[in-house]
Amino acid sequence: MSKLRLYQIAVVAAFILLLEALCLAGVIDKITMPAPHIIVRDFIRMILAGRYFDEIGKSLANVLIAFASAYLTGVIIGTILHGHKTTREILDPLFATYYAIPVFAFYPLFIVMFGLGDGPQVLIGFMLAIVAVIVTTLNGLDRVPTVLKKTAQVNGLNALQTARHITLPFCAPYLLTAAKLALAYAFIGVIGSEFIMARSGMGYEISYAYTNFDNATMYPLILLILLLSIAANSLLSRWERVLLARRGQS
Amino acid sequence: MQRQEGTTLRNTVILIVGLFLVWELAYLVVGDVALRSPWQTIQFLSKLMQTDLFWLHLADSLKAFGVALAIAVALGLLIGFSLGLHRLSGDAMEPMLVALYSIPKITLYPVILLAFGIGISAKIAFGAIHGIIPVALFTLGAVRTIKPILIKTGRVLKLGPTDMVREILFPAAVPEIFTGIRVGFSLTLIGTVLGEMFAAQRGLGYLLMSAISLYNVDLIMAVTFLLVVLAAAVNTLLLVIDRRLHHAG
Repeated sequence: MSKLRLYQIAVVAAFILLLEALCLAGVIDKITMPAPHIIVRDFIRMILAGRYFDEIGKSLANVLIAFASAYLTGVIIGTILHGHKTTREILDPLFATYYAIPVFAFYPLFIVMFGLGDGPQVLIGFMLAIVAVIVTTLNGLDRVPTVLKKTAQVNGLNALQTARHITLPFCAPYLLTAAKLALAYAFIGVIGSEFIMARSGMGYEISYAYTNFDNATMYPLILLILLLSIAANSLLSRWERVLLARRGQS
Repeated sequence: MQRQEGTTLRNTVILIVGLFLVWELAYLVVGDVALRSPWQTIQFLSKLMQTDLFWLHLADSLKAFGVALAIAVALGLLIGFSLGLHRLSGDAMEPMLVALYSIPKITLYPVILLAFGIGISAKIAFGAIHGIIPVALFTLGAVRTIKPILIKTGRVLKLGPTDMVREILFPAAVPEIFTGIRVGFSLTLIGTVLGEMFAAQRGLGYLLMSAISLYNVDLIMAVTFLLVVLAAAVNTLLLVIDRRLHHAG
């Protein structure tokens, strides 16, 4: 095991032990936060009993819908924009400012427009994710070396063949980065919306448990969301590093 | 340079006009049930701005946001510099900070509420945790990429850690740190508003959520519009300064 890994494990372990000590010593009272070992116990119980599986499934399904639609649309828009220089220049300030805008502020408006169903939540996830995909796709396409494009021309490849043999393989790491960002944003969008106002889903259950002082439900659910997002992020990051290392860019 | 700035300005104007046109079109399609036209929204907003209640909410949001930003920048710089100066710590903590950056922080809000209680301190804490990580990450990156010769010069001059940061590291890292503060600014604002939307008794986010229960479309549109314009305007300004700093350096 590398020194780096040991360091990271030590930091996490120290943090958890500190929390445990503070909870047991009563510095953090039970109403604020149960001790970490109790959270883990409740978490295991929750999973074994299969509680909230419907809610979890529903949230994850919405995340997937938001992710997939934002990813597909984003890659298509990015590819089209790459060929339209003027349109792209006009949209550039929008892309540069987009993530400074509180997209969640649109949630109440969407609730009024579409009702309090899954629609507004998926739409917020979609809106958060799509611009990251467009920008990353454009970034990847910009970096295709001219020599590769010329090679394609010399060999008389048509547009489809160029895409298959040149552009797609070259852009693969960028497409992966786009997927990683889109998934994180879709997750934040859907869970966040459920949390603010919804009738079901993991985020809703957390806010419901909060209102009812139900720490035995709230903390395991928070733990689950943290684990899911960190796991997805580190898996995709690892894959990204493998792709980049193969190219000798890492 | 001059000409490029001219085209950027022209493009921005076209973009803004285009966005208003899309909005107007959406209004014509959806109708009065759930939308207001740009003109109606601006009119309602100007009327809203004449009420004392509005300024009370705005002041509360700004106060929470200002304190949160100050905390985020101070802690972010502290974390960034201390990790950046120690190679192993920096290498080990960077991926962990990135992972923390990508989690839906909103799920941590109940924990903060339980710790601080509903009120301005919870909003401040929630805004600050959104802003700290980007400031820390950009500072960390900046400190690491500083030319070794600058640091060696500092060592030769026998500067202590404080002087090292003040005289060498900070000036060399300013452009990157500014980028971090710009991103931190946006995220702190988002965090503060988000906090107000979930649980608060005051602030623009609260005003927005209270409008849903009253089904007050005018109010929803006006506050959303105001938030978007504020965030976009400040970010554009910061972006201009950011680009100047990077070009000068």
